[in-house]
Amino acid sequence: MATLDDHSQATPTGPTITVIRRHSLATRITHWINVLCLSLLLMSGLQIFNAHPALYWGQYGADADPSWLSIGAVDGGTRGVLRIGNLQITTTGVLGVSGTGDDATERGFPSWITIPSYQDLATGRRWHLFFAWLFVINGSIYALIGFLSGHFRRDLAPSGEEISPHHLGQEIADHARLRFPKGEKARRYNVLQKLAYLIVIFILLPLMFATGLTMSPAMDAGYPFLLDLFGGRQTARSIHFICAWSIVLFVFVHIAMVILSGLWNNMRSMITGRYVIETERDDR
Amino acid sequence: MTFSITRRGLLIGSAAGLGAFGLTGCDDVVQNPNVQSVLDMAETLTMKSQRLLVPKDKLAREYSEADISPTFRPNGTSQPDSEAYAQMMATGFADWRLKIDGLVERPVELSLADLKKLPSRTQITRHDCVEGWSAIGKWTGAQLGPLLQSVGLKPQARYAVFYCADQLELTLDGSGTYYESIDLIDAFHPQTILAYQMNGKDLEVAHGAPLRLRVERQLGYKHAKYLMRIEMKDSFAGLWGGKGGFWEDRGYEWYAGI
Repeated sequence: MATLDDHSQATPTGPTITVIRRHSLATRITHWINVLCLSLLLMSGLQIFNAHPALYWGQYGADADPSWLSIGAVDGGTRGVLRIGNLQITTTGVLGVSGTGDDATERGFPSWITIPSYQDLATGRRWHLFFAWLFVINGSIYALIGFLSGHFRRDLAPSGEEISPHHLGQEIADHARLRFPKGEKARRYNVLQKLAYLIVIFILLPLMFATGLTMSPAMDAGYPFLLDLFGGRQTARSIHFICAWSIVLFVFVHIAMVILSGLWNNMRSMITGRYVIETERDDR
Repeated sequence: MTFSITRRGLLIGSAAGLGAFGLTGCDDVVQNPNVQSVLDMAETLTMKSQRLLVPKDKLAREYSEADISPTFRPNGTSQPDSEAYAQMMATGFADWRLKIDGLVERPVELSLADLKKLPSRTQITRHDCVEGWSAIGKWTGAQLGPLLQSVGLKPQARYAVFYCADQLELTLDGSGTYYESIDLIDAFHPQTILAYQMNGKDLEVAHGAPLRLRVERQLGYKHAKYLMRIEMKDSFAGLWGGKGGFWEDRGYEWYAGI
């Protein structure tokens, strides 16, 4: 969030318009590659999940073992059911059974969200592993630049004051009322943004990577501590799934915030780097 | 600053977010050969990096008796349907022979009794199906490495190709015959065994009687069941789809370490 090309324009009556350089080129490029990778990873990942739509805890887990989550068809393939623990939800038409009536087909996640749309585990794996590589390479470049350039320290690390309960409470209340920072404060990420980005960058994405590797029999042989870290391959598979949906949740909130706090300004800053802040005269 | 969420803004915003989902309609892209050849680069990268990161004799984790799965799901073929197999089964595989030939100095045919006399190994390992499930079982069998050494590999030998008694999706040209292949690194791995016992008993038909491959650092489809012949080869040329295995010919990775 350097302010390389600040140029302010004051009009006699309105607010002052300031254009700042908000996102570095590296942040912008890696961000959009991430959008591509995460979308394709999710869709191909759901294709892979559909090959065995059940999740387990521990070292092993197959059909006869108790699963903590399963998506399937019951009643002769006519009713779709999502089961989480003892909770059963009828999901006919979407999960377990896609479509209704004569078009009803048994599948975990529906075809509109999987790559490819039809059931093809081999192709789903090829897409998943290719974009996993691209995603890891892209993420490593981002992390390297983030540390070296001071981006993480300068823009993402919250200050002590920011993570005080009072300040956090204030930010949450402001967000709930859709009151976003403006003027000078809009130059920097607010603390909720910082925490959300830090959780995604330093917790969720590394967990995705590590649990993905734990599902590899070759990597488990080379690095058995992975199995101990996550408590078994099937637990790692479950965590992989949970983290994936946590990231989806983050993306939905992220997009909602982008739209609510100024779609065009945010999109422009993520594409060209230029972000407009409006400063009321009496704010200065 | 006021918020005016216009209809247009919302629509365009949603479209941007959901744009990627539109790709599902593009199965043409998925099936495009150029796209597939780009995606194939990942398999090469995966294999090379795993071979670099995992020492070649590093063992897959071995578990305790208590960890053995209560039920071990048989997958793929659970009963080969050929007349020849039925006859072997009827005599308790007394007439079954494993042929080892190809790029070897001394081709052999081994009975089950011969195999049981060879250096063996017992291991409790996890079987990871490509579909995502796992099961733990105890396997006993002859180590493949010493066996290959005893028949003498010719210098050109690069792959062990396993021919099986079962068939899936059989077509006129015989593609559908189950076969698999591994390279010498996996063939000589200490845990790579020709298993004749599972959980302390002779291998059941559903699990590949009388003999199956265990290649513990690879996914389940590499662990060929119903072994009939091992041919040492320098390439997969002339073998059905030319990709080195039944599932490989149908799009799965030859290197199945992840």
